[in-house]
Amino acid sequence: MNAVLVMIAQRLALGVLTLFVVSVVIFGATELLPGDLASALLGQAATPETLAALRTQLGLNDPAPVRYWNWATGVLQGDFGVSLATRRPIADMLSARLGNTIFLALYAAAIAVPLSLVLGVLAALWRNSLFDRVANAGALSAISFPEFFVAYILIFLLSQSGFFPSLVRLTPDMELSDKLYVTFLPALTLTLVVTAHMMRMTRAAIINLLASPYIEMARLKGLSPLRIVLRHALPNALAPIINVIAINLAYLITGVVVVEVVFVYPGLGQLMVDSVAKRDIAVVQAIALIFASAYVLLNLTADVLSTLTNPRLMRRK
Amino acid sequence: MGVLWFLVLAIACSIPLSYVFRAAMAQVLPHDMAIAARDMPLTAAFGILVIAVYIFIATFAPLLAPYAERTVVGTSFQPWDSTHLLGTDRLGRDMLSRLIYGARNTVGIAFATTALAFVVGSLLGIWAALRGGWLDQGLSRFVDALMAIPSLIFSLLLLTIFGTSVLTLILVIAAVDATRVYRIARSVAQGVVVMDYIEAARLRGEGNWYLIRREILPNALAPLVAEFGLRFCFVFLTISSLSFLGLGIQPPMADWGSMVRDNATLITFGDVTPLLPAGAIALLTVAVNFVVDWQLYRASGLKEQG
Repeated sequence: MNAVLVMIAQRLALGVLTLFVVSVVIFGATELLPGDLASALLGQAATPETLAALRTQLGLNDPAPVRYWNWATGVLQGDFGVSLATRRPIADMLSARLGNTIFLALYAAAIAVPLSLVLGVLAALWRNSLFDRVANAGALSAISFPEFFVAYILIFLLSQSGFFPSLVRLTPDMELSDKLYVTFLPALTLTLVVTAHMMRMTRAAIINLLASPYIEMARLKGLSPLRIVLRHALPNALAPIINVIAINLAYLITGVVVVEVVFVYPGLGQLMVDSVAKRDIAVVQAIALIFASAYVLLNLTADVLSTLTNPRLMRRK
Repeated sequence: MGVLWFLVLAIACSIPLSYVFRAAMAQVLPHDMAIAARDMPLTAAFGILVIAVYIFIATFAPLLAPYAERTVVGTSFQPWDSTHLLGTDRLGRDMLSRLIYGARNTVGIAFATTALAFVVGSLLGIWAALRGGWLDQGLSRFVDALMAIPSLIFSLLLLTIFGTSVLTLILVIAAVDATRVYRIARSVAQGVVVMDYIEAARLRGEGNWYLIRREILPNALAPLVAEFGLRFCFVFLTISSLSFLGLGIQPPMADWGSMVRDNATLITFGDVTPLLPAGAIALLTVAVNFVVDWQLYRASGLKEQG
């Protein structure tokens, strides 16, 4: 048990280090600006006086490490600064949208993960059958489709005939069932995009194992193919499968950006796109930090979980 | 439901078409390639056929397009008829012409970006593997840090800082994707630099540039070519997504991503026209993926046990 705690502590430390580096990169990116933030903001309207005033106001006269320290300590206390475009506190703009985005990603994950596991196991079980071939070609095509293409096809097929709304209007006092209904199309889009990849990897991981001697042994014992796959192959394939799930959940984070724009869903992705168009660097930085942290944390969780499923890695001294 | 029937019809037509194309290639090509062509799966033949058609359209766009790329030739949102085969867009420009010019702009920019990412990423990766030591460590840790940020998010951050124009788009996406290429190139090259013939070349007194060019690159080419196909798909999808979000290729340049965005309102009225550019993007990525899949399968030399 002790070894497990040490391992988790090591991974956590590494995760914190990664988060620190990521925040430095995101903060440091603004240092790449030709000129500085103040001159970029003012553009043509810049006079020496207004420039100097804005620099003082934004704290640009401090050296970079000091500004990073102020920014990072603010973020840790939930203070992301103010938006450059609207002058509103960024934390207020983010709070409601963060919840919406997490809701959408979880909704999609709740459909996609079980679906892709079942499809992957079935494809491995009936490998080289017609089902396997169709599923494989379908998955390869789905991976190649841009998210907005999938989204518009769904709108065309399902929303045009009035089954589901194509624009998502969320109100705070909505029932959960209504919310699930209204957000069904964006969730389905994300599901279709990530399921393909997860299914292919599940199939590959299981088929890889089917060549091992202990599977041959199980087969010679006369076990049914389903039992071999579920009891003997699947537990050993868990580590790669968990990794693929984590990669895809992380992918959901970036996938939401496009999908939110298509369905006019009030989430972080849409706010980010709007802010990029307005070149509101403070908001973009804040959202990029949130997305990147979620990405790092997901990968960290996958790392720990896949180690936990493998007794040989756990007992390694 | 008309769309579904159309899809079924398209798939039904493409199967015999790829079959004929494969047979034709096996006849026309020189002997070695003909054997490879004869044994390739139908999906790969279909992929090569589609890529060839795209290259043809992109090359001869001005001859094929009935109208110019940017001129307004009618009223907005005209339906399909004999003068404007696919109708007109939001500003009254001919849809078909813009679709054809889009092949040139969208695919051309994606290709240039991938090529740039590849030159930078693979040269740095091979160089790092060759030199080793602090240079390798420094570069690799730096790339690790950049890769901890999702690529679309990082591209959006960089585009905010540098503004949106075609040049910054190419540079930003190439920089982000070069990190991924670096990883692959470095790991492939690490397997090569420990070989005896590298040692022999070093003892002969050859320089780093000679080693990269004449000894390492030829031996690392196969996995890098497959990676190029995959990378192209990613870059192409990223650029299309960014254009769709209004942050990529800027108007009035004809581009598939922004064409979807501009005309999306038509979809809610049951018109399929805005789906055509999106479909054009999807078709090309599917085609490239089919070919890459086949190449990877050939390179691995593996046959799945049945």
